[in-house]
Amino acid sequence: MADVSTLKTVAAGSGAAANRLSAGPRGRKPKRVLSRRNIMLYGILGLAALYYLLPLYVMVVTSLKGMPEIRLGNIFSPPVEITFEPWVKAWAEACTGLNCDGLSRGFWNSVKIMIPSVVVSIFVASVTGYSLANWRFKGSELFFSILIIGAFIPYQVMIYPIVIVLRELGIYGTLTGLIIVHTIFGMPILTLLFRNYFASLPEELFKAARIDGAGFWQIYGRIMLPMSLPIFVVAMILQVTGIWNDFLFGVVFTRPDTYPMTVQLNNIVNSVQGVKEYNVNMAATLLTGAVPLIVYFLSGRLFVRGIAAGAVKG
Amino acid sequence: MNVVPMQFSKANHSVSVRDLTLSFGALTVLGNLNLDIHDGEFLVLLGSSGCGKSTLLNCIAGLLEPTEGQIFIKDKNVTWEEPKDRGIGMVFQSYALYPQMTVEKNLSFGLRVAGMPKEDIAKRVARAAEILQIEPLLQRKPAALSGGQRQRVAIGRALVRDVDVFLFDEPLSNLDAKLRSELRVEIKRLHQQLKNTMIYVTHDQIEALTLADRIAIMKSGVIQQLADPVTIYNRPNNLFVAGFIGSPSMNFLRGELVEEGGRTVFSTHGVSFSLDGYETSETLKAGRKVVLGVRPEHIKVDGDLAGEEVHEAVVDIEEPMGADNLIWLKLAGHTISVRVGGARRYAIGAEVRLGFDMRMASVFDAGTEERI
Repeated sequence: MADVSTLKTVAAGSGAAANRLSAGPRGRKPKRVLSRRNIMLYGILGLAALYYLLPLYVMVVTSLKGMPEIRLGNIFSPPVEITFEPWVKAWAEACTGLNCDGLSRGFWNSVKIMIPSVVVSIFVASVTGYSLANWRFKGSELFFSILIIGAFIPYQVMIYPIVIVLRELGIYGTLTGLIIVHTIFGMPILTLLFRNYFASLPEELFKAARIDGAGFWQIYGRIMLPMSLPIFVVAMILQVTGIWNDFLFGVVFTRPDTYPMTVQLNNIVNSVQGVKEYNVNMAATLLTGAVPLIVYFLSGRLFVRGIAAGAVKG
Repeated sequence: MNVVPMQFSKANHSVSVRDLTLSFGALTVLGNLNLDIHDGEFLVLLGSSGCGKSTLLNCIAGLLEPTEGQIFIKDKNVTWEEPKDRGIGMVFQSYALYPQMTVEKNLSFGLRVAGMPKEDIAKRVARAAEILQIEPLLQRKPAALSGGQRQRVAIGRALVRDVDVFLFDEPLSNLDAKLRSELRVEIKRLHQQLKNTMIYVTHDQIEALTLADRIAIMKSGVIQQLADPVTIYNRPNNLFVAGFIGSPSMNFLRGELVEEGGRTVFSTHGVSFSLDGYETSETLKAGRKVVLGVRPEHIKVDGDLAGEEVHEAVVDIEEPMGADNLIWLKLAGHTISVRVGGARRYAIGAEVRLGFDMRMASVFDAGTEERI
């Protein structure tokens, strides 16, 4: 009998404890939407976005106005009468120097410069990075260090020597010359990127491929390349935007009829003759900036993934 | 006919390593290493991490260039050969499957690189898949496989190469305990089926003891002992091997040899142990500092005693391990462990009577740490 009674009290005691416990907090802790932290966070994010978007807004709005409307001076007001005339003019009619066929010429020049430069520079840098990561040779670390130091030398120092070298090679002022220049100047950062990425891939994979009898190029093409899409996207974005936005090399290493878009844009905007056509200038600037912008929008996600992948180990 | 004896014959040796040295700058990983592996032998390179066992395997595979020395595979000097020309297949710890290829493409990659006709490739892949029972997986990517399946595919990749020598670099270390023991049995079965030479690197002594025809125990780039598992376990060459092999590990009693009643006995902290039954080629001289090593299962307790010299000990702690029960005892200032049946339990502080099986014991010189 004594046993039974103690059992009862134990049961009753545990029941009371359970009741007391169920009254307290349970499950996921509720979060307040308008906490001080959230207000700060979204407030700052909103301000930063505004800071960057406002000039863009002004540019878009101005490019859609006619000159009389612009002269009124209300740069923030939306266009009363939307006109695409400035865009057409910027693309096809604006005058730069001798010819008056607008930015289109510069656009195609830039495309002709960018595509081979991006392809060649990424190919050379990825092969260099691959050999530095996987086929260590005597002095490869030293070679890599020297290459990285190259990233810190100001461009201006090297321009004159490179002009002379290209002139001696007979390719000064040609597309080939500019592609070589872009490839060389892309090397340090791209090689670093590729070397670190390839070094982060498991070494045993490389060993397995060697046992399987694959050589330098087969391992590169059949094993490494298919595994490296993210880093190639990163390199592509860096090079597309870098080469597209380049002004210095474009103005130094090309002739007026092969000027890239950026140089042409400068010539349109800074032309001293006649009236300043702000709407055309804005449209021209937006057109020039469109390519990198589109590239970012299309591949932003891959870009972040690639950067993160390369950063894990290096 | 005059038969000229072949001076450099490596008859019956599948793999021979001659005076192999490998150094990275000032650091010598392997020093003057010699190793002969018989045809069809399963040799395990065993050692803790950093002992040079994987380095040795990589040298044999041709993935690392030796600084000095030679490597022969099937009587052919392959020291300067590319990995693919050495007649080897290799299995890695991390599987190293090509992630973008299906299992079938993984298996056939080496053959496709070599430019083998398609029908032959298909035959080889089918055979390997059948042996390893991975036929249903052929069209899958490695990411869709479990760890055990991946390692099976990795073994298959070595298999399709139809080579003389298989190299395994800790192939089971990434698997969980249950899979590991399953695949261990499969590798053993594979060896019995194929009868290839296999060189297997591991730090797991159970794998070594269960799989090997011979074990080479390595430490700091030097082979400490090369022998069959039974010899390694029962007659370790030196203190390192004795301590490395066996779990729970061997009991070591430090003491010296003394003269007692016309016989040489082992003495520690005033307690003497008769060495009757211990086999040695040397004469045991009194006064020598030695270490007596006895495995936990070679000490008899109470009821098992059969006329051995008896020592009294006190139970310190007990570790029941299911099938066995490991009891820790205080004896002559030492703590020793004894393995008894799982059903036998002892109270802490209880007095027990022990008998040492000296036929299974080891005596090491305290200075050189070599077996006497």
